[in-house]
Formats: sequence, C-alpha cells, structure tokens
Amino acid sequence: MFQGHDIACDRGERRIFSGLDFQIAPGQALVLRGPNGCGKTSLLRMAATLLKTAAGQLTWDGADIAEDPEEHRARLHYVAHQDAVKSALTVRENIATWSKIRGSADARIDTAMAAFGIAHLADTPAQYLSAGQHRRAALARLIASPATLWLLDEPTVSLDADGTACLQQAIMDHRADKGMVMAATHIELGLDDVEILQLKPQ
Amino acid sequence: MAVITRDLHLAVRQGGATFLALVFFLLTVTLFPLGIGPEPAILARVAPGVLWVAALLAAMLSLDRLFQADFEDGSLEQLTLSGLPLGGIVLAKIIAHWLTTGLPLLLAAPILAVLLNMNTEGFAALLLTMLIGTPALSLIGAIGAALTLTVRRGGVLLSLLVLPLYIPVLIFGVSAIDAAVHGLNAKPHVLLLAALTLAAIPLCPWAAAAAVKLSLE
Amino acid sequence: MSLHYFANPTRFTRLAGRIQPWAGGLAALLLAVGFYLALIVVPADYQQGDTVRIMFVHVPSAWMAMFCYIFLAVASAVALIWKHPLADLAAKASAPIGAGFTFLALVTGSLWGKPMWGAWWVWDARLTSVLILFFLYLGYMALWQSIEDGQKAAKAAAVLALVGAINVPIIKFSVDWWNTLHQPASVLRMDGPAIHPSMLWPLLIMALAFKVYFVALLLARMRMELNLRRIRALRLAERSS
Repeated sequence: MFQGHDIACDRGERRIFSGLDFQIAPGQALVLRGPNGCGKTSLLRMAATLLKTAAGQLTWDGADIAEDPEEHRARLHYVAHQDAVKSALTVRENIATWSKIRGSADARIDTAMAAFGIAHLADTPAQYLSAGQHRRAALARLIASPATLWLLDEPTVSLDADGTACLQQAIMDHRADKGMVMAATHIELGLDDVEILQLKPQ
Repeated sequence: MAVITRDLHLAVRQGGATFLALVFFLLTVTLFPLGIGPEPAILARVAPGVLWVAALLAAMLSLDRLFQADFEDGSLEQLTLSGLPLGGIVLAKIIAHWLTTGLPLLLAAPILAVLLNMNTEGFAALLLTMLIGTPALSLIGAIGAALTLTVRRGGVLLSLLVLPLYIPVLIFGVSAIDAAVHGLNAKPHVLLLAALTLAAIPLCPWAAAAAVKLSLE
Repeated sequence: MSLHYFANPTRFTRLAGRIQPWAGGLAALLLAVGFYLALIVVPADYQQGDTVRIMFVHVPSAWMAMFCYIFLAVASAVALIWKHPLADLAAKASAPIGAGFTFLALVTGSLWGKPMWGAWWVWDARLTSVLILFFLYLGYMALWQSIEDGQKAAKAAAVLALVGAINVPIIKFSVDWWNTLHQPASVLRMDGPAIHPSMLWPLLIMALAFKVYFVALLLARMRMELNLRRIRALRLAERSS
C-alpha cells in the first residue's frame, strides 16, 4: 500500500498544492488530472524521492519512504519526460544496461521489446529511431526489470495508437500481477477501474 | 560495477572525447616552446610545470562530460532511481572518467616530456605523480561538474570553481618531479600528493552526490 | 531564548535595524582613532620609513579576508545542517564583503611590496594564498549568480563553501611548501621583525574597527536581501491572484 498524507509542494517560493491525500493498493491505478502547472510532475517526483515534500508524508506499508530512499527506489520505475535512451547504443544495449544496473535477468529483455513492438529494432542504434520508438524503448524498461510501483509522467507522449495499446496492455498485466500504477496524463488511457486524483491550481 | 562498464562502453561508442583531451594536452604543451623559445635548457627547466598545468587543463575541460550528457537526457535521474546509493554511482562515474581521461593523459605525458627535453631522471617521478595525482583531478572536478549541472553554459564557471582547488595537486606533483630531476628525495612530495588523493576518495563523491541530488530537485 | 528566536525574519529585521546604526557609528569612530594613531602618532619605521603605515590597513584586511571565509563556511554549515533560514542569507551577504577585504589586502600588499621588494607583485607565500582565497570568493559569488532558483543556489553555494573551507588549509599549506622550495626573491618578509607594542595597539584598534564595520555591513546586506525576497514574494502573490 502506497499512501500520501497531507502532502504539500513548493516550487521556487510558491506553494503549488497542499493538503493532498491519496492511496494506491496493490493492483490499483491512480491517474493524476489537472491543468498545466498544477503539480502533477512534482507529485510523481516526490513519489520517486527525487523531490522533497514541503509538508506531509509518503508511506509504503506504513513506513516513511524518506527513511530509506534507496529501498523505495529499488521498487519503483519512473518514466519521465526525458527517455534516458542513449543514441550511441542499440535498443537492446540500452535496455540491457539498465537491466544490469538494476540487477535483473537478461531473459526479460526480449519479452520487454516484444511487449512494446520493438523487437525488430533490437540491433538498431537508437539514433535512427523516431521519437515514438524512443519512447517505446524507454517504456520497455518497465518490463525488463520488474518493479512494483510504476510512476508514469505523460507516458503516451509521441506514441501512436498501437504504442498506446501496448502500454495499456502492459499496465493491465502489471495490475493483474499486484503492481501499482500512478500516472499523470491528459488523455484517456482507456483503462477502466482507475481512481482519479484531481489537482487544483492554487 | 555495472555503472563503470556502462560509462566506459558509452565512451568507447561515442569516442572522440578521450582523443580530444589528448589532442588538447599535446597542443597546449606544443604552445610552450613556441611561446618561450626552443632552447633545450629552458624547456627542460619548465617541463614538469608545463606538463602538469596542461594535464590539469585537459582534465578540467573533459569534466563537463562527467554528468552533463546524462543529466540532459534523463539518465542521471534514472541512475539515481536505480536503488544503488548515489555516492557509489558518482564514484563509479568518477572512476570511468579517470579511465577515459586521466589514464590516457598519464600515458601520453612521457612522450611529451621527451619533446620538452625533460631530464630523464624525472620520468619515473612524472609517471608516479600523474598516476597518484590525476585521480584527485577527477575526484575534485566531479564536485564542480555536479554543482554547475543546472547552469547553462557552465564551462567558465566550472573552471573558476575547480582550478583553485587543483592548486595543491599541481604544487605537490611538480615539486616531486623537480626534486627527482635535481637528484633530491621526491618521497615527501609524493606522500603528500598521495595523502591528498586518499582524502579526496571518501569526501569528493559524497559532496558531488549532494550536488547531483540538488540539481535533480 | 534559542537561536530560533531570531530566525523570525521580522524580528531579525527589527533587531538588525536597531543594532546597525550603532555598529556603523562605532566602526566610524574606531576607524578615525585607528587612522589617527596609525598615520600620525606612530613613528616611521627606521628601516621602512612611512611605508610601514600601509600595514595598518593591510594586516587587518588580510585577517578579515580569512575571518569572512570562516564565517561564510560556518553560516553555510548551519544552513545545510540545521536549515536555519537566516544562515543562507548571512553566508550570501558575507561573501562580497569578504571578497572586498581580500581585494583590499591584495592591493595594499602590492603597494607595500613596491618599496619593500621593488616590485608591485612578488610571488610571496602569503600574497599568493590571499590571491587564491580571492578566487574562491569569486567562484562562490559566481555560483550564487548563475543558478536562478534561489533555494537551489543557496544549497549549491553552501556545498561549495564547505568544500572550499576544507581546502583552504590544504591550499595554504601547499603554497607555503611551494614557497620554501623556491627561495623567496627578497630577504625582507612581510611579517618582518617582531612588532613593537607601540604599533600593536593601533593595529588591534584597526582590526576591531574592521570587524565592527563587517557587522554593520553584514546586517545592512541581510536586511536588503530580506526586503528583496519580500518584494519577490509580493510580486508572485500579485501574479497568482
């Protein structure tokens, strides 16, 4: 169970939001909604321990995540605006690097590429990929090294309909597997049975 | 560690950077005979200092590569989130940086020493001080590189922050070679340099990690 | 009353406003006395003549250059560890003052060097260390200016100040080391023979004057910075309403 209690966020010297509560149980998905600048990315970055909360607490099964950030980081994936895909490496090498750093099995790499429809690009250097293919390579990391909590920041940007469908399928499988998802997105992910957290600008 | 292999792999694949640092080193050293005059005695006298200053500058210019590219494409963020301690990741990147710049500079230094007519007695000391001193350059430089991550065109600022901190390395490195050239005991200088590097190994990655964390906020 | 009693910016501003004129007045008085003693009462040195009077500005500035950096490092540590809201401010405000004293020490050192060594600049261990200290100040201030986000800049600068503070003794030691290897150009050293008591008093008064002046200036700069922050906050509030 991943929970937030009375969270507040400051950017610069301005308060973006405050008094925010949420909770995600295993198998659940939480979608963040709200206009630009309302703090969706900030909330995701707080959930990833990249940003400190100005007030309130984030807990995992009751324990504050700030106490052992490394442990929390090991159980999450954060898909950000930037893809962190190196153009000098091939698609497979890109995914394999992160698998190795995270210490997960190589066998999953092919599954991951197949899940996002980029298996045929495995040995293509990433510099020849389109923006959508880049994004697919970044998303494939979700499958290549398993983690319980997925934090997705506008994951569908530059994906085509087929890519979005791949992502939907991946999220459904992840949730069936007791995974948790927290996503910020403007468009409908086409998922049913999700909680919606509406952020209001202050 | 996986991070070191990753950085080395990237450096090999992207190429260029090591080569550029070496060419810069060679070029700066070449400027000195042109500026001072080709007289062998004078060149031999200034050779240790010239070699160290040029190596210092070459190492410094390659620092922006340490974190900048990974910061821009989001890899640094992903590395931070990999579940490994950030200090360890930073240290791994520093080691990879040294292997791709410090080590090549060290190997090139004797060749340039020949060009400058440096006294052959100093060669062992040159190699030894470079071996001990260049890791300190990567270590100290990492702090500057991490602090200037969010600064646009941080190159000039980076040199302003890092060069004063490089001064002790320069002094002990050059004085050891000078001592060896003049047939004196180079040991105290070398030991001081080693102490400097050893002190930098735990302190610098920690400070650089704090700065990296800051830049990601 | 704890340290946090003064952490409240309004309370600080009020208190600082009350102290500042007194500190300023005291500094002016001490400076006047110090200059009177140094320029008129103290006799000319039998060796150095009137140039010895430069010492009364040079030595206190050099002390202050060091003192300000220690102050800067301590304030940075307080800011990083205890997150005291005024510590950042104190560190930021002290840097330009310290840089000013360092510059003054360099200029007076150079002026003093001309009659003593016959050159405007000599690579003497002390002057060289002070010059490097000056670069450290410049780097610190440049980092503050280059990072746009105020809070980030504060933390980054604090990390730099601490790294610098660890390095200052190492740099000092290495420069002394370097200097003893390369024999100094002149036999005359700045510290010269032991200072005569008649010269010590004016020197101490000048040092005290510089210190009080530092306090006055620091308070003024901190208040200015607080006001700037308040203006920024008001602007932000205006924009979002």
